[in-house]
Amino acid sequence: MTTETKDHAELAEIFNKDEDRVDWHDETLWWIRAKRDKSVHQLPEWEALREAASGIKHNVLSNLNAYLQEFESAAKANGIIVHWAADAKEHNEIVHGLLAENKVTQMVKSKSMLTEECHLNDYLATHGIEVIDSDLGERIVQLAGEAPSHIVLPCIHKKKEEIGDLFHMYLGTPSNMSDPQFLTETARGSLRETFLTRKVALTGVNFAIAETGEFVVCTNEGNADMGAHLADVHIACMGIEKLIPKREHLGVFLRLLTRSATGQPITTYSSHFKKPRAGQQMHLVLVDNGRSIQLGREDFRNSLKCIRCGACMNTCPVYRRSGGHSYHTAVAGPIGSILAPNLDMRKYADLPFASTLCGSCSNVCPVKIDIHDQLYKWRQVLVKEGYAPTGKKIAMQVMAKTLASPTLYHAAGKMGRLTIKYAPFAVSNKLNPWYKQREMPSSPEQSFGEWYAKNRKK
Amino acid sequence: MSSREQILAAVKQNQPDLLPLPNVTPFQEITYEDALAQYEAVLTAIGGKMYRVNSMEEVKAIIKGSYNSLEKRVLSLVPELDDIATAAYEINPAAHHLADVELAIISAHFAVAENGSVWVTEELLGHRAVPFICQHLATVVSAKNIEPTMHRAYTRIGAAEYGWGAFIAGPSKTADIEQSLVLGAHGPRSMTVFVLND
Repeated sequence: MTTETKDHAELAEIFNKDEDRVDWHDETLWWIRAKRDKSVHQLPEWEALREAASGIKHNVLSNLNAYLQEFESAAKANGIIVHWAADAKEHNEIVHGLLAENKVTQMVKSKSMLTEECHLNDYLATHGIEVIDSDLGERIVQLAGEAPSHIVLPCIHKKKEEIGDLFHMYLGTPSNMSDPQFLTETARGSLRETFLTRKVALTGVNFAIAETGEFVVCTNEGNADMGAHLADVHIACMGIEKLIPKREHLGVFLRLLTRSATGQPITTYSSHFKKPRAGQQMHLVLVDNGRSIQLGREDFRNSLKCIRCGACMNTCPVYRRSGGHSYHTAVAGPIGSILAPNLDMRKYADLPFASTLCGSCSNVCPVKIDIHDQLYKWRQVLVKEGYAPTGKKIAMQVMAKTLASPTLYHAAGKMGRLTIKYAPFAVSNKLNPWYKQREMPSSPEQSFGEWYAKNRKK
Repeated sequence: MSSREQILAAVKQNQPDLLPLPNVTPFQEITYEDALAQYEAVLTAIGGKMYRVNSMEEVKAIIKGSYNSLEKRVLSLVPELDDIATAAYEINPAAHHLADVELAIISAHFAVAENGSVWVTEELLGHRAVPFICQHLATVVSAKNIEPTMHRAYTRIGAAEYGWGAFIAGPSKTADIEQSLVLGAHGPRSMTVFVLND
């Protein structure tokens, strides 16, 4: 590739250098996928639930304009202050404005992939605001100076020994401590201090209810609640596609979300924020940042149904073996690969190609997004719009020419067979990407065409 | 044009023709033969503990066996259990003075069999922070109030008015370090549910 943007294959190569780590990453995520299966198989109504969730989200997307207004007026009536942000920049400015208004330079934040998408922490850092991420996994990657590599399991790529080193360096634990119980206890103590001293807390939003103007935040750790209930100002940020019509629909989505994510029947805490506490300010920022454009792309609209469970990542053979950072975008994996090109086709042109199109993602998706079909469709759009890498373009042109001409096709086939037989070094070398982590196949003596021509007469 | 108008206009222009909202009422029919047994099995599996009790006296005896309210601060929001709590005090809006609570005892509106959770709203808690800031959480719920699934839970909640409410299912936990489960992430290290036959 000649562009300066990062490329999934190149980044995956870095991850793939440590084979043991790749195997461990692969097995850990597959184990979570297996837990999901075990949990899902206990509900005979699972497929009906997926169908219902998918239908509800289709209805939401088809009536989003009205639901947004219904939500806004209900939330306002509840005493929530509603803000609208057209893009990441405006979102960051709104949050910064609220901090400045309250004369605060420190904030505690629970998990919000939207703020990752908007690069909020970096923006606030340049304005002298210190943000502490309170989800344990996010805190760990924050200390490491990295981005989360998975939307549900932010530090799934890290070994406990590395986490022990980070804690030794930043939280004052003795060196070489890697016991998860001990490390978690250390983080608990450190973050409790943070919760008790921050005046502003920011949280994400899992679902927002148009009918009632409330929003729901799900965590296992309790970090969103610890932050929000102890702060004078609660800021919640959500993408406009997080709306659902009625409270009763939470029954469907809360049953699907965590079973799909980790195999748990529900998260430990499913918090329903409807009104600010007495004396508290509650702000809600509704963010578009490309979502309304994606809504208009018929082939890719369904990606907005996503409830961010991460099941497509856990099951993806490419994600499991290339790691979340190879996707160089806030939301990695199959779903991220269909969301990111909407934001920037040039920058993320590689992502729809980081898939085998096996369809496992679509099979586990709790809201029935046709993920692998969309990956395939994005490839066509990207090539048509001229965003395919030069190497791939040339290869495709050569292949199209060869396949269109019987003479060329037969000659190429013969040459390939002769090469593998007499000059294997010409393909079994590092210049051939197909040779990486693979043996080249042995070649047959003749092609089917030659065999047929010879045997037809008998 | 403000961002609000801009977003709403773009959404209106790009949203597809209206698609129908599915009917979710058939899910109401899902039940368990023994909802309480299901509740206990799930709560235990997610790290909680359940006791079936016949009276508040039984609850007191069990709590007194594990917590000494003279040594550690025990907070009760269940009036019948006030005499096992550390001397009563006002819960003020800041809630930071709750940081030393060892055990908080609250009551719940109902429990949900399929996932081991209880539903609470802020009127039951004194302060929203109570079930998070304590080191251990105990909940009392009536045996009559076990709903089979989340569908029935929301039917029961209906259009109820509340400022804040939550389903709480077991102790706070994390598995962020190499997928090793640790109980007691930021919130309570344990959750005990007393199911009261009344």
